[in-house]
Amino acid sequence: MSKRLIDLQHITKSFDGQTVLDDLSLYIRENEFLTLLGPSGCGKTTTLRIIGGFERPDAGRVVFDGQDITDLAPNERQLNTVFQKYALFPHMTIAENIAFGLKIKKKSKAYIEDKIKYALKLVNLDGFEKRGVDSLSGGQQQRIAIARAIVNEPKVLLLDEPLGALDLKLRQDMQYELIRLKNELGITFVYVTHDQEEALTMSDTVVVMNQGYIQQIGTPQDIYNEPTNAFVADFIGESNIIDGIMQRDRLVRILGVDFPCVDEGFGSNVPVDVVIRPEDVELVAPEDGMISGDVTSLVFKGVHWEMEVLAHGYEWLVQATQMRPVGSHVGIRVDPFNIQIMNKPESNDEKAVETDA
Amino acid sequence: MRKIRGLKRQLLAGPYLVWIAAFTLLPLMVILYYAFTTTSGHPTLLNVTSIFASVHFKSLLLSLELAFLCTAACLLLSYPLALALSSLKTKRQGFIVFIFILPMWMNFMLRILAWKMLLSNNGVINMVLEAVGLPALDVMNTPFAVVFCMIYDFLPFMALPIYNSMSRIDKGILEAAQDLGAGRATTFFRIILPLTAPGAVSGTIMVFVPALTSFAISDLLGGGKVLLIGNVIEQAFIQEYNWNLGSGLSLVLMVFVIASMALMNSRGDEGGVGIC
Amino acid sequence: MLKKLYKLYLVLIFLFLYLPIGVLIVLSFNDSKSKVQWGGFTLKWYGSLFSSESILEAFWMTIFISLGSALIATVIGTLAALGADAMKKRGQAFLIGAANIPLLNADIVTGISLMLLFVRFTRLGMNTVLLAHITFNIPYVILNVMPKLKQESRTTYEAALDLGATPLYAFFKITWPQILPGVLSGFLMAMTMSLDDFSVTYFTKGAGVNTLSTMIYTEMRKGIRPEMYALSTLLFLIALTLLLIMNFGPSAKEKEKS
Repeated sequence: MSKRLIDLQHITKSFDGQTVLDDLSLYIRENEFLTLLGPSGCGKTTTLRIIGGFERPDAGRVVFDGQDITDLAPNERQLNTVFQKYALFPHMTIAENIAFGLKIKKKSKAYIEDKIKYALKLVNLDGFEKRGVDSLSGGQQQRIAIARAIVNEPKVLLLDEPLGALDLKLRQDMQYELIRLKNELGITFVYVTHDQEEALTMSDTVVVMNQGYIQQIGTPQDIYNEPTNAFVADFIGESNIIDGIMQRDRLVRILGVDFPCVDEGFGSNVPVDVVIRPEDVELVAPEDGMISGDVTSLVFKGVHWEMEVLAHGYEWLVQATQMRPVGSHVGIRVDPFNIQIMNKPESNDEKAVETDA
Repeated sequence: MRKIRGLKRQLLAGPYLVWIAAFTLLPLMVILYYAFTTTSGHPTLLNVTSIFASVHFKSLLLSLELAFLCTAACLLLSYPLALALSSLKTKRQGFIVFIFILPMWMNFMLRILAWKMLLSNNGVINMVLEAVGLPALDVMNTPFAVVFCMIYDFLPFMALPIYNSMSRIDKGILEAAQDLGAGRATTFFRIILPLTAPGAVSGTIMVFVPALTSFAISDLLGGGKVLLIGNVIEQAFIQEYNWNLGSGLSLVLMVFVIASMALMNSRGDEGGVGIC
Repeated sequence: MLKKLYKLYLVLIFLFLYLPIGVLIVLSFNDSKSKVQWGGFTLKWYGSLFSSESILEAFWMTIFISLGSALIATVIGTLAALGADAMKKRGQAFLIGAANIPLLNADIVTGISLMLLFVRFTRLGMNTVLLAHITFNIPYVILNVMPKLKQESRTTYEAALDLGATPLYAFFKITWPQILPGVLSGFLMAMTMSLDDFSVTYFTKGAGVNTLSTMIYTEMRKGIRPEMYALSTLLFLIALTLLLIMNFGPSAKEKEKS
C-alpha cells in the first residue's frame, strides 16, 4: 500500500450559514486516481477547492505529504488544478499559457521550451504553440488546460468536472486519454464529477458524496456491486430499492413474499432496504417465478431491453436480452447472491440521504 | 420581395442621414472654411500656424501637461478602486458601484462649484487646516486647483470602464493564475492589467479628451491665470470675435484629439463608453 | 488585511467624491452667507431660489431643452438604428462612424462648429440650443438601441413572419418590446447628457437664453450666491432619482440578464 499523500481531517465548511461539508475526513494515497462523485450541491467541488487552497475550511486541517497546508495560499501549494471551464488566459498564446507557471518559477528558457514541446505532445497537440486560445475547440482547450497544469510537475492534479462541457463522444475519448496520462505521469489525480460512468471507468477509488457527507468509499466494483445504502445504490446505476422485512438470517420478505438471500446478522423481523439491480432480475414463466406480474412498458436500449413489470404493487425495473411484450404475464426470479440488504437510514449522514431521496 | 423590404427598412435611417449631413458634416466644413480664410475671406494658413505663436503654444503645452497629469492620476486612482469594488460581495457590489457613479451624473458646473468652494482661500479646506493648526493652502487660481477639479470631474469616466472590464474577467482565470504559482503582484501585472487594457484605453480617451479641451474649469478655478488652449479658443470667439483664428486653433485641437484617440484605439475597444 | 486596505480606500474615494457635494448640501440650509460659519438652519435660500426670475427661467429652459431634445433624438435615433440594422456592413459602419463624431469630438469644437453654421442662417437662441442638443443626443440613442436589435430580435421577427404576421404587426408585437428597454435607456441617457451639457450650450445659446449650466457659470464668475447651494441640492436629488430609475427600474433588469 502506498502512503497517504493528502489527509483531510474533520473538514467543516459553510457558506452563508449553509453547511456544505460537515466533519469530513478523507485520505488520498500516492498515485491514486480518486474520484469525488455525487449530485450537484453535495460538496464535492468544495472539497476539491479546499485541497487546492481556493477555499479555507471553517474547521479541520489539510495535511499534504506530512505537512499542514491548511493556511497556505494556492500559489504556495505543490498541486495544480484543471478548471471546469478551462480558465485559459485569453490574452496569451498556447505556449505562453503553458509557460506561465514555469516563468514564475524562473526556469530557464531552454527548459521552458522543452517542457512546452513535451506537454503538447503528451496531450496530442504538437505544433499548437503559436495559436490563440480562441482558435481552439472545447476539447482542445481542455487538453491545453491539462498541459498547463502538468508542466509544473505537481504531485497531485486536481480536476474539477473537466469533461463537463464536452459532448458525449469527446468525453468518452478523453476518459481514456486521462487514464493514459495518469499512467504516463505517475502522479495522483483527484477528480470531481457527477457522472457515475466517468467515475466507474477511470477511478481507482470512488468517494460517493451527498449533502456534505461521504456515503461510501471504495473501488468502482465495490461501489457498484455492494452499495452501502439506498442513496449509493440509487445514484450508481439504476436499482430496484424495495422496502423489506428481514425474517431471519438469509431470508427476507419483500412485497409479501419470502426471498432467500445471503445476508446475515440483521436480526429477525427488522425493516430493511432491499436493492436489486435491474440486470439481476430474471423473467421466467409465471409459474416458475417467486412472484408474478404484468409487463407495463418496453423500451429497446441497444444491448438489452428495458421493461417495467408491475408485481405485487411495485414497478420492477428489468433489463434483459429477451423481450416480453407489454401486457404479458411473467414470473420474477432473483438469485440470492444478487439481493442486497441494507439497514434503514438511522445515523446522521444517512438521514441526509433520506431527505434527498 | 425580401430585397425591397430590406431597402424600405433602410430608409428609416434617412432622417438621421440628413441630420448628420446638416449638423455634423456641414459644421465641420464651415469650421474648415473659417480656419483657412482671413476675416475678409482670402485663403490663409496663418490661423492654423498661429498655434506656434508663443502664447498659444504655451497654453497648448500647459493643456497637454494638465491633461496628462489628470489622466495619469485617474488611472492610478481607478485601478485600486476597481480592485476594491470587485473584491466586494456580488450582492452589495451593484449598489456600491451605483454610489460611485452617482456624482458623475450631477451637473458638471455644480461639481466645479463644489470644488471652488472647498478650495477658495477662505473656503472649507483652509478652515479645517487652520483649525488643526496647519498653514493655509493657496491653491486657488493655480494649475494645481484646475487639475484637482479635473480629476474630481473625470475620475468616474476612468473608473467605470476599468471596473467593467475587470468584472468581466472570469474568476476561474484568476484562480488558475494563483494555482500556477502567481502571487498577487504577478496576477495583477500579467493577468488583470492586460485583460483590463481595453477598459483603461476607453477610460483614458474619456478623460484625456475633455481634460485637454476643457475651458470652464480653468476659467473658474484658474481665475484667468491658467490659460489652456480651450480658453484661448473661447476668448477668440467670445471676446475678440476673431472666428477665423478660433476656427484655426479648434482645428489644431481636433487634430490632437483625433491623434490621441487613434493612438489609444490602436489597442482598445469601444465597449467602455456605456454608463453601467 | 488586503480587504481592510480595500475598504479604507473605498472610504477615502467616497469622501473625495461626496465631501464637496455634502458641503454644498449643508450650506444650502445655512442661515449665513459665510462659507465656513454655521448660522442656524434655514430654508430661505430655497425660497429665494424659487422667487428668482432668472433661475426659474433657466430651470424651465433646461427641462424643456433636455426633454425636447431627448424626445426628438429618441425618435430619430431609434429609426436610424432600425434602418442601420437592415443595412449592409459598410452602410452600418458609416452610420456608426458618423454617430461617433459628436460623441468623441471635443465639446468645444462641436459647439463652435454648430455656432458657425447657425449664425449663417438664423439668430442664436432656444431653437439653436435645441438643434445642437438633438445632434449630440442621437448617438447615445443609437448606441443604446443597436445592441438590442442585434440579439435574438431578427430571428424572432422572422419567426413571427413565418407564423403569418404582417411585417408591421410583427414589428409592434415582437421587435418593439425587445428594443424598448434600449430605447428607454437611450432616452434617459440623452436627457442626462443634455442636462449636464455646458460647452455646446454655451456657444449656441446666444444672448439672453440660459440653461442652468450656463447660468451657474455666469453666476460663478461673479461670485457664489447661496441660492446656488440650494439649486445644487435639488439637482443632486434629481440626478439621484434619474439614476435610480435607470439602474433599478424596469429597463435595468433587462441589462442584468445580458
